[in-house]
Amino acid sequence: MAIRVEHEIHQRRRGRNLGVFVLLIGLIAIVFGLTVVKVTNVENIAQMERFDHVVRPQLEPAPEGGAQ
Amino acid sequence: MTDASLPETKQQEAQMGDYFALLKPRVMSLVVFTALVGLLVAPVAVHPFIGFVAVLCIAVGAGASGALNMWWDADIDVLMKRTAKRPIPSGRVQPGEALAIGLALSGFAVILLALAANFLAAGLLAFTIFFYAVVYSMWLKRATPNNIVIGGAAGAFPPMIGWAVATGGVSVESVLMFALIFMWTPPHFWALALFVKSDYGDAGVPMLTETHGRRVTRNHVLGYTIALVPVALGIAFTSIGGPVYLATALVLNVWFLKGAYDIWRRVEADAEADNYALEKRVFKISLYYLFLHFGALLAEAALKPWGLGGW
Repeated sequence: MAIRVEHEIHQRRRGRNLGVFVLLIGLIAIVFGLTVVKVTNVENIAQMERFDHVVRPQLEPAPEGGAQ
Repeated sequence: MTDASLPETKQQEAQMGDYFALLKPRVMSLVVFTALVGLLVAPVAVHPFIGFVAVLCIAVGAGASGALNMWWDADIDVLMKRTAKRPIPSGRVQPGEALAIGLALSGFAVILLALAANFLAAGLLAFTIFFYAVVYSMWLKRATPNNIVIGGAAGAFPPMIGWAVATGGVSVESVLMFALIFMWTPPHFWALALFVKSDYGDAGVPMLTETHGRRVTRNHVLGYTIALVPVALGIAFTSIGGPVYLATALVLNVWFLKGAYDIWRRVEADAEADNYALEKRVFKISLYYLFLHFGALLAEAALKPWGLGGW
């Protein structure tokens, strides 16, 4: 039996596979778009930088009672 | 086992459209419209992309609850003419697939809405899905002829979720938008039940027309329509109402009330004589009724930037 690169099931399920492809691309676009919108709408970007997993004392608010 | 024992008709391959049909696209269109209005009339502006994602999540959540409903009701859908061609009873989609799609899309829609908007909106969406799939489909639908009254709450939540997306809260305006759809559902559905030759009885679903008869159903249509009027007019005097909405609501309520009164006055013999022409007309009016009320709210919001909307 000859090996067929294009199996019959590929033809039969083309519509479904294309549908899943479009949905996944759509999901990526949504998550990317949401990220861009959320990040560009942050009022003070320092709030984001404080989640950088690295201690950055210059981003900490100054203690009450005056500067160090 | 030989080939002869195999069923003659090969099971059809499900196409993308069959999976889409599980989501009840026609119901989804109403959900999208009312959720969008709830979002746009809210006093807080939402970034257009976040608004788009939020409405998409609400639509997908509603679709997911539709898939769960079809999974649960597959046994009765196969018995009724109206639903026998749905993807599961027709054999195109397996019940397990519908369950998986319903659960996965529910989780996806709720989590994404929480991330895109806020937890209140996501919580309301989760409750809506639970209410439609569990409270309505699994419990009320086969238990009481009031199934459509209480179950109608599931269809009434979308504008409230849209409002919550924008404001992060619940207010008298969003509760009244909820109440408008909630009170509208019974007369709308029972007007339909009067003229559709249903086979709910064969499927063991207690619809009012079957359990209490058509006379009682006609009484209920009028009763619920009267109760709907103050809700519809009340919205006019909130922050989202205004003269355009009030004028629209007045005309629509007189129109719908007149239809409901005519339905109540009719005897079954007259209805059968003209093939339920009046009931069909009132059902159509009920569709315009809801669409135009929400359209008028949208018009009020659209006029506000020019200083025209609202009081």
